[in-house]
Amino acid sequence: MPATARKTMPKTPDHPLEALIRSDRIPHIWCPGCGIGTAFAAALTAMATSGLDLQKTCMVSGIGCSGRAAGYVNLDSFHTTHGRAIPFATGLKLGNPALNVVVFSGDGDLFAIGGNHFIHAARRNMDLTVICLNNLNYGMTGGQVAATTPFHARTTTTPMGNPEAPFNLPLLAWASGATYVARWTILHTRELTECIQKAIRKSGFSFIEVLGPCPVNYGRRNKEKSLQTLKMYQERTIIRNDPRMDDLEVDFTRQVVLGEFVDKDRPTCIENYDKTCRILE
Amino acid sequence: MTGDEACAEGALAAGCRFFGGYPITPATEIAEHMSKRLPEVGGTFIQMEDEIAAIASVLGGAWSGQKSMTATSGPGFSLMMENVGLGVCTETPCVVVNVQRVGPSTGLPTMGAQADMMQARWGSHGDYRIIALAPMSAQEIFYQTITAFNLSERYRTPVFVMTDEIVGHMSEKVVIPPADQIVCEWRPKPKGRKDRFLLYKPGKNGVAPMPAAGEGYNVHVTGLTHDEKGYPVMSVEAQQQMMDRLCHKIDDNLDDIVMTEAHGLEDAEVVLVSYGISARTSLAAMHQARAAGMKVGFLRLITVWPFPQERIAALAERVKALVTVEINLGQIHLEVMRAAAGRTACHLVGHAGGTIISPDQVIATLKEVL
Amino acid sequence: MEFWRVPLDTNTIEIAHGEVHIIEDRCKGCGYCIEFCPRSILAFAERFNAKGYHPPEVLRPEGCVNCHYCEIICPEFAIFSVAAPPPAPTA
Ligand code: SF4
Ligand code: SF4
Ligand code: SF4
Repeated sequence: MPATARKTMPKTPDHPLEALIRSDRIPHIWCPGCGIGTAFAAALTAMATSGLDLQKTCMVSGIGCSGRAAGYVNLDSFHTTHGRAIPFATGLKLGNPALNVVVFSGDGDLFAIGGNHFIHAARRNMDLTVICLNNLNYGMTGGQVAATTPFHARTTTTPMGNPEAPFNLPLLAWASGATYVARWTILHTRELTECIQKAIRKSGFSFIEVLGPCPVNYGRRNKEKSLQTLKMYQERTIIRNDPRMDDLEVDFTRQVVLGEFVDKDRPTCIENYDKTCRILE
Repeated sequence: MTGDEACAEGALAAGCRFFGGYPITPATEIAEHMSKRLPEVGGTFIQMEDEIAAIASVLGGAWSGQKSMTATSGPGFSLMMENVGLGVCTETPCVVVNVQRVGPSTGLPTMGAQADMMQARWGSHGDYRIIALAPMSAQEIFYQTITAFNLSERYRTPVFVMTDEIVGHMSEKVVIPPADQIVCEWRPKPKGRKDRFLLYKPGKNGVAPMPAAGEGYNVHVTGLTHDEKGYPVMSVEAQQQMMDRLCHKIDDNLDDIVMTEAHGLEDAEVVLVSYGISARTSLAAMHQARAAGMKVGFLRLITVWPFPQERIAALAERVKALVTVEINLGQIHLEVMRAAAGRTACHLVGHAGGTIISPDQVIATLKEVL
Repeated sequence: MEFWRVPLDTNTIEIAHGEVHIIEDRCKGCGYCIEFCPRSILAFAERFNAKGYHPPEVLRPEGCVNCHYCEIICPEFAIFSVAAPPPAPTA
């Protein structure tokens, strides 16, 4: 009980992430059991332990439930327009290459309306860390089909089941040229945190997909309570470090592959620009 | 030097060090020139994947602490509008150049028009104020681009430079003065304790100081309705407060922002109202008309938005007619009518775009009116 | 199933002991901490917090091994553990 804790401690300690969150804005807007909070906390822990100068570290989000993340981090933080977190972040980074720029947003934001920006930022190897909370639907607007919704899943705009195929996000990131690609669920939060930390410290375009439940909109329509979703994350996932990239569909009727899929180096956009375009006297 | 090149040089002289672009006729030359010149002065040019990305990167560039800009034409201007709204709402200084071409849609890409003037005013959703300048020559594009940066920094807001294909592609002599003769303003910088800093607490002029990312102010910048701290507040009161401030910082400084140029207004019976390339037509027409004994004056709008409402209203009291000259089917004409409020006759000399208006067309209308 | 995740601090695990702190009013009652605590020492409290959720409470404080899992799985920044001296040798 907390009461016993208080008895033995002169003062209740603060939550270890207290300094990094805008605690005057907590509780956040996310629903009970929503996976965003856990993924967000993992990102904050990764930032806090990365050894980076946090004053030079910013978070950029787009629109949607996950897009609210920027509003809770006590760093320079930018809540932009729908789909445009990556190009905004690109300008931020190019304008001041000393900044560490982390993009935290949702699957709808980054891969439907913002899909074009994602592939181009990966192609040019912009030095960004992009964390995508993938909850398989548009949560903020009430649970519509997304570019990540599994085949046959029910959403408010696919009441008979989704007739379309979802993106394989790590494959897309790899094919576009990302130098770091990993996927975890919020249950695998230690591995997730380690990978985010690695991604932030690494230069170049890094992408981390985090599977997290949206119990209120996706879960409810697909008969999954949030705890059940987490148990599914436990039972129907397998960690593989050198998988076939085309084998990474999110299909929980089979097994979903987690792990660190890409970790390579190539010159970043800024390095190439400096070498190619800045002719030094 | 062409108008487009003069625009790029003006931006560089103003201290612009980030350009996020996307090719589009007839604005491409601005991007081309910037791609060559920016790295020479320590800046960065990037060609983004579309105009939406271009303007988003410009907003990011502005928050990184750089003076940032983009340049486009009608179709790209349409694509940029949502993020122009973000720029207004988050009070992000930046400059957007629209080298206008004929629309709607793809229109006549290589031909000029002035038909995006209302879009410049109202293109993004919601209520807001905007600043738009309309230069009429390559030399003026150079200076107005600098002015646009200064206004955007002074008032923390996106500013448009509304040129057109004709001035943009016209080659003219441009004098670039030495750097020490150019006034370059910067956004007001915050002072005092960083932990108590309020991102949207206005100082003098109704404008709040603006830090850059990485300076330790831990700012939160959102396009949601927000309070002085920058935090989202979902209430009617917060919305009213934010909008009052956004509008007041422009409305209360009209004397500083609105620039016009008057020719022969003292004895004028009819006054031409025009801007941009059509101002050259109007000036020529005024001289011809005066030579023919007609008492014609000319009011040139250097700032088109905010609109010089009072200036027009005062003229409407005493002249026989106001004749708006513009390459469209009546946009600023509507605004002139609104300001005149029935106190004088208002006429339009305009067409659907693709070529300049000839002074003869203006003279023909003047003859009818006088 | 409870031990599917081995605590990170394996080198200190023999002596590790933790003290759990719960910021009750932040909790939204998702139950993740309760379900996935490797020592199963948490349970929903009978009472409600200010928002009307049942927060967790610590059933067996001496059982906490300071693995921080409750802390990192909680979406609400509502629970965390800190290192504590081993429990008094009563048992
Ligand atoms: S709607 Fe879904 S994604 Fe949005 S906060 Fe609620 S649970 Fe999370
Ligand atoms: S730190 Fe939390 S999860 Fe780990 S044993 Fe203690 S109460 Fe359980
Ligand atoms: S994980 Fe957090 S929000 Fe969920 S029950 Fe535990 S303390 Fe409450």
